[in-house]
Amino acid sequence: MSEVLLEAKQLHTYYGSSHILHGVDFHINKGEALGLMGRNGMGKTTLIRSMMGLVKPRHGEVKVRGDAMTGAPTHRIARQGIAYVPEGRGIFPNLSVKENLLMAARPGVDGQRNWTFERVLETFPRLGERLTNGGGQLSGGEQQMLTIGRALMTNPDLMILDEATEGLAPLIAREIWRIVREIGKSGIATVIVDKNHAAVTSITHRSVILVKGQVVFDGDSEVLRNNQALIQQHLGV
Amino acid sequence: MDFYSFLIQSLNALQYGLLLFLVASGLTLVFGIMGIINLAHGSFYMIGAYLAFALTSLTGNFFVAILLGIPLALAFGAALEALLFAHLYKRDHLEQVLLTYGLILIFEEVRSLLLGDDVHGIPVPEIFAASIPLNDTLSYPVYRLVISAVCIVLAVGLYWLIQRTRLGMMIRAGSHDRDMVQSLGIDINRIYRTVFALGVALAALAGMLAAPISSVFPGMGSQVLIISFVIVVIGGIGSVWGALIAALIIGFADTFGKVLLPDFAGLIVYLVMAVVLLWRPEGILKKG
Repeated sequence: MSEVLLEAKQLHTYYGSSHILHGVDFHINKGEALGLMGRNGMGKTTLIRSMMGLVKPRHGEVKVRGDAMTGAPTHRIARQGIAYVPEGRGIFPNLSVKENLLMAARPGVDGQRNWTFERVLETFPRLGERLTNGGGQLSGGEQQMLTIGRALMTNPDLMILDEATEGLAPLIAREIWRIVREIGKSGIATVIVDKNHAAVTSITHRSVILVKGQVVFDGDSEVLRNNQALIQQHLGV
Repeated sequence: MDFYSFLIQSLNALQYGLLLFLVASGLTLVFGIMGIINLAHGSFYMIGAYLAFALTSLTGNFFVAILLGIPLALAFGAALEALLFAHLYKRDHLEQVLLTYGLILIFEEVRSLLLGDDVHGIPVPEIFAASIPLNDTLSYPVYRLVISAVCIVLAVGLYWLIQRTRLGMMIRAGSHDRDMVQSLGIDINRIYRTVFALGVALAALAGMLAAPISSVFPGMGSQVLIISFVIVVIGGIGSVWGALIAALIIGFADTFGKVLLPDFAGLIVYLVMAVVLLWRPEGILKKG
């Protein structure tokens, strides 16, 4: 029986008067790799922010490891082993690369310390060369590596990556995909939000598609990959 | 001005500047990190001085008064943050100014009720009461040197805390992106409370240290508040090191202004501010 790490039930979220999420059901299991897709403005980031406690949903429930935590303080939700790498990366430019990593360090929920400063640098050797640089002096790809590395320093059981390859050169994006796959193999569950549906469906077990704040597909990534009509309808440009 | 007079004035300027830094550092941190304009910050200096006076009268020992006063100031700061300031972060500056101006009135009234409106003095503690003779007629009080030394130790400690500790990293990160800090599992509200309490304690300690040399009087907080805002603006909002440089500039400008241009003494500080802002509109050091 797989354990549900994070779950949303009939979530309705508003920004001001605009109704963004229309009763979304969502869950991710321990160790699972999940793709969250949909065109711009369909509510992917809002769903994540609602589950992280960064926006308060108006109706519905968020459960973390089975406990109701709807609208709980974000740091408490994160402390349940959930690492969030937001779109736009969220680097602290006024901290050095080393400080960006060290400030986040903590053991995981079960006390695991699999991800140390040294292991993060082994995974991202480029960061090791730039430890004393300010976070703002890094290239886009390096910044993305830094936010992923920083999220790993919290020894999470679930990592949520919002548009991790956005705006990166193809070669660098490929490197990021390789790392994301490696993270998944290490047993960390991943929620991957990305426009590259071919890449997402090839590295995830399950895919969820949002259209106008509603789930229109929730199923096997392989099934979705082989259903070009569905992809065209909901994700095509 | 002969050499010894110059030396004395320089030491006075240094001591005054460093003391102002203790007050201004908390003001600039709270302003830069939490975005709060705290008009009541000068009151913490006043409260510190009156605490030193009251506790010295009670215990008969200035050092015991300081040792008791620091934890009291920290607790007071933490309580004030939890009860009032925590509700101000998402509000605009007008509401912040209204609340903190109201606090000045409340603090002054409570001070008046508890300790009256008289001017008080605290004797310089005996072991620092001596003066170091410089020449036949001039000497320099040891206690002022002690104040400077304590302030330098605290400035170094503050540097270490902000630049070298994880708490300092979190404080700096929190000034940049509050949501991201929380997403990393860090309780930003606790960080804010710590910073606020620290700022209150530093200002109160400045008041305690100053009490034996400047006397303890109603309204002493507002004098310090205005000059501290000048320092925060000159130094660059949110920059602790900018505040240190600015506090020393103001210390020297004010002290030597009073000696060399006594007719314009009250103006010098603001002239310095105008010149610095013409040269660097965002202050000497930008936030960082």
